[in-house]
Amino acid sequence: MRVKINKNDSKPVRRESLKARLIKQKYLYIMLIPAIIWVLLMCYLPMFGLYMAFINYVPDGTPFFQSFFGSEFVGLRWIKYFIFESGDFYKVMRNTLATSLLTIIFSIPAPIIIALMLNEIRMKHFKKVVQTVSYLPYFISWVVVANIFVMMLSHEGVINGLLMKMHLIDEPIKFFQEGKYFWWIIAVANTWKGMGYNAIIYLSAIAGIDNAIYEAGMVDGANRFQQMIYITLPQLKDTIVIMLILAVGGILNAGFEQQLLLQNNQIMDYALVIDLYSYKFGIQESMYSYGAAVGLFKSAISFVLLVIVNNISKKFDSAHIM
Amino acid sequence: MQKIKKSKSDYIMDTICITALVILFIITFYPFWYVFIASINDPMDTMRGGLTLFPRELNLSAYGIILKDKEFISSMGISVLRVIIGTPLSVLFTSMLAFVLSKKDLVAYGFWNKLFVFTMYFGGGIIPTYMVYKSLGMIDNFIVYIVPSVISVYYMILIKSYIASIPKELEESALIDGANDLIVFFKIIMPVSTPIIATIALFVAINHWNSFFDSYLYTSKQSLKTLQAVMMNILNQYQTSNMGDAASVAANAAKQRATSSDSIRMTATIVSTVPIIMVYPFVQKYFVSGIMMGAVKG
Repeated sequence: MRVKINKNDSKPVRRESLKARLIKQKYLYIMLIPAIIWVLLMCYLPMFGLYMAFINYVPDGTPFFQSFFGSEFVGLRWIKYFIFESGDFYKVMRNTLATSLLTIIFSIPAPIIIALMLNEIRMKHFKKVVQTVSYLPYFISWVVVANIFVMMLSHEGVINGLLMKMHLIDEPIKFFQEGKYFWWIIAVANTWKGMGYNAIIYLSAIAGIDNAIYEAGMVDGANRFQQMIYITLPQLKDTIVIMLILAVGGILNAGFEQQLLLQNNQIMDYALVIDLYSYKFGIQESMYSYGAAVGLFKSAISFVLLVIVNNISKKFDSAHIM
Repeated sequence: MQKIKKSKSDYIMDTICITALVILFIITFYPFWYVFIASINDPMDTMRGGLTLFPRELNLSAYGIILKDKEFISSMGISVLRVIIGTPLSVLFTSMLAFVLSKKDLVAYGFWNKLFVFTMYFGGGIIPTYMVYKSLGMIDNFIVYIVPSVISVYYMILIKSYIASIPKELEESALIDGANDLIVFFKIIMPVSTPIIATIALFVAINHWNSFFDSYLYTSKQSLKTLQAVMMNILNQYQTSNMGDAASVAANAAKQRATSSDSIRMTATIVSTVPIIMVYPFVQKYFVSGIMMGAVKG
């Protein structure tokens, strides 16, 4: 809910002097100071540290920021190297976009369908049990999720067993040894983890729909299926659009922990999304400046996307819950 | 809407919905069940595969191994410590900031607000962050688990919108009685905001319990590893041992038989998930309101 405050209303009638206000607010400032120190050290210092993307940073034993002065300034060379010379750019962007798009394709409709189905069910206990269980994956760690997926998709695992029994395959699929499955595994894992939880957003949007619309629909002879398709779904349009643009805005966030946990050398060509690539070079290969430059490339584009997306989503802000 | 009588299409609708929800139940519940039965089944038997609905040979030896493992127990201690220390501090500092930023007449309000909100849009990324932590002496130090998450701007916004809904009269009457902002925060705002603070506390606690990457990246001492980081190690060993060339697979197969890593992994998974399931009823009570407040933020 974005409340528009009229500027004239918010102005105090009688302006106190700055000094008087500061004295009055001294306890507020005492409470603010720890947070300011925290945000400067934990958030802004790393942002200034991004300067390392423009130099050839080699750890020389001096403190991090001091070593900046001794290092050679190379400007955009690392970013140019990533895009034009490394030979990895196409692969990394392909993995990032493919993983994100597949995730969007699965994880946008899934919660909507779940919410629509839950909304139609009148059996309270059944509904509660299904809902409770469907949230659970959201609250467990990626390590646990990765363990579960590796186990279920293993050579002797349940999925292969089931597919064999149904005679869909003749021999077990090597899910984690052939790259072509990897994007799908990540997309399914992302969806599995979030769908039950995200259904809550749609359920409360449904709860906010005016009952009079359904009554009008019933008078016109709409059955429950028609009500769902012609009333509920259109009423969810704004919420769906917002979720979709937010997802598109985060398209470069193709995940990191998931890939880090589920990758192995055989399928690395499909697992290397931009964050993992930056980490791999920046930390594991100690190419600090290169890793930071790739990270900066990603955060800069993400930032622009987020600002655009935020401005678009404001247009849909009249929706029931947003 | 009120049903008057069930028509044929109603029955079809009910059948479709119930079927779909039963499928949803199976895909979310079965993996947990499978992990559970794999953890209590005989390790050698599990390796044969084909385990589906019930354990074939009950055997709790994997639990014995895990609960006697020093590395595992110490990592669990670190995780518990991290939750116990990290959660209250995070709740305190985050809600304190929320209270201050809920005051629109704060001097330079716009600047301070933007200073924090901007960090949700842009950050330094992994490598500069690592370098900064290193120069602050946070690597291989327990505080690396606590300090970075001591404030969460996202949760701060949620608490702030809750505080904004508290009637101003409550605070004003205390100020007239001579209370200062500190007293107002601790004696009035905190108690009145219990629902949102409880929600956030649970989320923060779960985040602490679940996070593994900070432990993986910022600590190398075994004594500082968290439970999830140790589990990640077990998973990594399994992944690499399974994905190598034929010779190393054969070599690892012999090793695997000794530790029966499937069972160990599944048991570790269960042990690390049980605390989440234990707080789950409490979370459930609050988190619906939590996510909705997130949505309201817009």
